Amino acid sequence: MFEKIWQAHEVVPETEDTPAVLAIDLHLTHEVTSPQAFATLKSRGLRVRRPGQTVATLDHAVPTERRQVFGGVPIRLESAARQIAELEQNAREFGVELLGLTDARRGIVHVIGPELGLTQPGMTIVCGDSHTSTHGAFGTLAFGIGTTEVGHVLATQCLLQRKPRTLAITVEGALAPGVGAKDLVLAIIGRIGVAGGARQVIEYRGSTIRGLSMEERMTVCNMSIEAGARAGMIAPDDTTFAYLRGRPRVPAGEDFERAVERWRAFAGDPGAAFDREVAIDAASVEPMISYGTNPGMVMPIGSAIPAGEAQALRYMGLEAGEPLLGRAVQVVFIGSCTNARLSDLRAAAGVLRGRQVARGLRVLVVPGSQQVKQAAEAEGLDRVFLEAGAEWRESGCSMCVGINGDTARPGEYVVSTSNRNFEGRQGQGVRTLLASPVTAAAAAVTGRVTDPRELLG
Amino acid sequence: MEPVRLIRSRTAVLPEADIDTDQIFPARFLTTTSGGGFAGMLFADWRFDAAGRPRPEFALNRPEAAGCEILVAGANFGCGSSREHAAWALRDSGFRAVISTSIADIFFTNALKNGLVPVRVDAGSHAWLTANPGAEIEIDVAAGEVRLPAGQVATFHIDPFARHCLLHGIDELGYLLSRLPEGVRPLHEYEGV
Repeated sequence: MFEKIWQAHEVVPETEDTPAVLAIDLHLTHEVTSPQAFATLKSRGLRVRRPGQTVATLDHAVPTERRQVFGGVPIRLESAARQIAELEQNAREFGVELLGLTDARRGIVHVIGPELGLTQPGMTIVCGDSHTSTHGAFGTLAFGIGTTEVGHVLATQCLLQRKPRTLAITVEGALAPGVGAKDLVLAIIGRIGVAGGARQVIEYRGSTIRGLSMEERMTVCNMSIEAGARAGMIAPDDTTFAYLRGRPRVPAGEDFERAVERWRAFAGDPGAAFDREVAIDAASVEPMISYGTNPGMVMPIGSAIPAGEAQALRYMGLEAGEPLLGRAVQVVFIGSCTNARLSDLRAAAGVLRGRQVARGLRVLVVPGSQQVKQAAEAEGLDRVFLEAGAEWRESGCSMCVGINGDTARPGEYVVSTSNRNFEGRQGQGVRTLLASPVTAAAAAVTGRVTDPRELLG
Repeated sequence: MEPVRLIRSRTAVLPEADIDTDQIFPARFLTTTSGGGFAGMLFADWRFDAAGRPRPEFALNRPEAAGCEILVAGANFGCGSSREHAAWALRDSGFRAVISTSIADIFFTNALKNGLVPVRVDAGSHAWLTANPGAEIEIDVAAGEVRLPAGQVATFHIDPFARHCLLHGIDELGYLLSRLPEGVRPLHEYEGV
């Protein structure tokens, strides 16, 4: 699959001396990593070469408080307001579509691409954000780039690329009750390590992967970068096509059938050769939680904290040999491009329904997009969260990256459905415990690290 | 971009593995629209305590780290976020090269785009460099060699195109624009699936 997509987009093939020129079908961009790229275009007198193939939105720095988004009070963080205004200006000036602050289609860039049907099988997709790997769930070659390369794509709709190697991760068997896609991908990262995918594109295969919904597949591909991989991919199949049918930017009617035929051609070749292969037994995966300061430092939730990561454990205020189960936490964050889609919110609400958030605990629920928010509200999930005592916010990256002021306090433990537990990621001195939506919701109820299976009916 | 041929400098050493770009450039500084002036933000949470006072024990705060142009770091340096601000902050702080046994992909690319040379060396040479902070060494981009003080030489692989761009200060965007008309097939055939 990787090979087919690569070849279909090679404008100039690579040689020993020069990288390939790779055509980019879809470029997604946001307020944080684009200003300097637009500045480069301005200083060199360049235009955006294919404005129709770039879509901009606001997600990283935007407030999640309703009054700040829809008016009433100004955006509290002045630098964020300036960044937002700058993208609005750049989009106007360069003729790029912007799903702006009050647009009903706005959201985290990796949630709205698939939701709007912008993401389609066989495409090359880039964005100035490392979690662009998410889109690989649709059988695309999708990867994060830096700001200089954002400028390259704006100016040329192409990138200079060396062909990466390939890694097949085959997952067979059934996931146990209470175990989800997040647990699976955390287990994979724990197994191959945070550099285990370096300079490789991962293709996830096997009966377990085939059985995942599109939203679950996105969770898996999303965290490929946490294993250091260039990208993660899953071959498109009937699940993919069913998800895409009827989406606003997807062809309709007979054109859809023709598109499906074309997309099918990108599906994996059973005889494809990979540079490396890893097999995972799904039945052995348990609810996972991180204990350290990178996503490779994970363990089954009932385990004792392993020895050997002294510096990380010092930051985390944890001791090797002790359990995490039962440890008091101060904040729960349910959100991010990893786990803020409708199925994630349903799973978390399933645990919180009819229960109360533990006393003194702060629980922040941030939908991945305005459309996810609206769909959740249509089925009453907002009321479940609010009645339990959680906060229900407007969409954005929020406490996953903490740029917009949504942060925890030094020393606090946060059970978080996001993707990174790096030092300071959710605020200076904050200690992040990565977990699934049901594990986060279970912690919200008890105020402690809790095995979600204890609360699932 | 200025050509980069030879870098001769003392080293500063951060031996930790998996140093992520959130450490190199904390996220709270990302609401900037500027392309430079990031030296004060480099490793901000490792360099300064909560009150903003420098932590004297941190390697880059020691007097001998002043003026070092080469950073030696643990494996998988620059993992995590794609923020190019990490490479910009190192550049703005006077660093011209980073040496490790492995360097994360996106950071590696970002570094090259800014004339910051990412150097992957063998474990033995890396162990020596880590154990000898402040060593005066030489990175020869053309030869792909790191020359250590006692005459030992560690070779490193650098993509021929990247090396050419470094040695001649070539701007990749200019090159990319020049290559587009040469496509073996018309570009529109590749655009829009």
